[in-house]
Amino acid sequence: MIQVDNLTKTYGPVEAIRDVSFGVEKGQIVGFLGPNGAGKSTTMRILSCFMPASSGSAKVAGYDVFSQSLEVRRRIGYLPENAPLYPDLSVSSYLDFVAEIKGVGRAARRGRVADVMERCFVTDMQNRLIGKLSKGYRQRVGLAQALLGDPEVLILDEPTIGLDPRQIAEIRSLIRSLAGQHTVILSTHILPEVSMVCDGVVIINQGRIVAQGTESDLVRQAFPTARIEVRVAGATGDVGGSLRAVPGVLKVEPLAPRDGSVGFLVESERGRDVRPELVRLVTGKGWALQELHQVGMSLEEVFIRVIAGEQDTTETVVLEEQAR
Amino acid sequence: MRGWLPVFKKEMRLYFGSPVAYVVFTFFLMISGWFFSQIFLFYSDMSMRSFMQPQFGQNLNVIENVMRPLLTNMSVVLLFFIPMLTMRLFAEEKRSGTIELLLTYPVRDGEVLAGKYLAALALFALLLGLTLLYPGLIAYFTRVEWGPILSGYLGLLLTGAVFLSVGVLVSSLTENQIVAGFGTFGVLLAFWIVGWGSEFAGGNLRPVLQYLAIGDHLDGFTRGLIDTKDLVYYVSGVGLALFLTLRSLDSKRWKG
Repeated sequence: MIQVDNLTKTYGPVEAIRDVSFGVEKGQIVGFLGPNGAGKSTTMRILSCFMPASSGSAKVAGYDVFSQSLEVRRRIGYLPENAPLYPDLSVSSYLDFVAEIKGVGRAARRGRVADVMERCFVTDMQNRLIGKLSKGYRQRVGLAQALLGDPEVLILDEPTIGLDPRQIAEIRSLIRSLAGQHTVILSTHILPEVSMVCDGVVIINQGRIVAQGTESDLVRQAFPTARIEVRVAGATGDVGGSLRAVPGVLKVEPLAPRDGSVGFLVESERGRDVRPELVRLVTGKGWALQELHQVGMSLEEVFIRVIAGEQDTTETVVLEEQAR
Repeated sequence: MRGWLPVFKKEMRLYFGSPVAYVVFTFFLMISGWFFSQIFLFYSDMSMRSFMQPQFGQNLNVIENVMRPLLTNMSVVLLFFIPMLTMRLFAEEKRSGTIELLLTYPVRDGEVLAGKYLAALALFALLLGLTLLYPGLIAYFTRVEWGPILSGYLGLLLTGAVFLSVGVLVSSLTENQIVAGFGTFGVLLAFWIVGWGSEFAGGNLRPVLQYLAIGDHLDGFTRGLIDTKDLVYYVSGVGLALFLTLRSLDSKRWKG
């Protein structure tokens, strides 16, 4: 449904994105993930036909965004960053304008506008001026205008920004409900959002795509081994060596001692659970088992690892802090 | 090609949903009303005197002595008011980012421009229509020839159409409304006074400068004379400014 090939965009000497390529299947929801300034918005602006790429090509629903822009624009709903709207119009008159400009016929217009207001939870604010709305409501009106005209493809730039937790949940389930009939590409820097909403992930950093695929694919790629943290107290002798000897264990790394206990990070073959073996070993030796748990392999860690591979260590630290 | 209509309606809602239309209408009608009353009082004073001294007012008529100075004065006032109607049109959309949505809806740039320009023109025509009260008042007191009055109004409408097209163009070049407003005023004023230079310009430059001057083309219309030369001036002026506006909108889509 969306096919992007070697897209590059430069603003004078500054390269915003470089050689970006990815594809989105019909009915899929793909999350565009990256730190601020990574090139997410630039890519979305090109896809929405707002500006052309410097080189490369992008096709939406089979039409080229540059040479067949009008055909593409008939098929997309776009929510730009920060949902720019007209503050002097009321919600319903604004949505009426959008419905008309998207070619929704006069007879159907009122019903369609009421429908998207309902779906985006803005019905109770329909007579308010947009300028008087809170950020969360404005964001939802922005989403409502994107949904008008029932576009095949939705391009949403940070759709949940500025919403409170309950609203975020509502909007996420709304977006989730679009899967199947609509193809959605959304950008975010909230990592759990991608896990909850998206079928696929594209991670972009400094204008380049650094990873893409489904979440489980990415986790597998970034962490080929399963990792278990073990802490024991009252241990004597070569604890690390004993752990290493357990069948299935590939690598053992010592962790910093804490409260008189020693800790190790045990890496094992994926798909083989070595935890029962480890417990047997520890109890058999008469050590006190303080802690034994699988180290999470969430998208968050994938993200940090992938981004960290791209940047120097100081930046990584900042990123890790941000992610927390 | 009906994409202009929603844009037109939206612009109208914005004009009347914000104080812009009301402020411009109020002050324009106040100022032009003041001009009218002063010119009309002066005219009635002259008529009174000509009653006593017949040789004094041989050429006295309401077209020549009331409507012509009134329309000319109004055209000068428009120089100040038109930029306020147009400065918003593109500059505000660029500043607030709404242009990003507007230009990604399935409408051509030309339709967006047409909607905006026609909205400004319609607002201006409405404003001008309200000033028909003045010739109406004259007609209440005396007999008037409507032909030259209407041709004068047509001239003023065309002058305003050129002003508006320049305003739209300048607004599309900047995202700062003050720059758009003041820039428009500057360009219009330059075209207004350029004719003054023809006095001292020699050779071929002289007719060129005279032709470029905006104000001079109104003169024929106020006398009831519709000259093709003036019509061509107005129409080509609007055409050029709107064409350049389209180029300026399109420049965003140039590859670079």
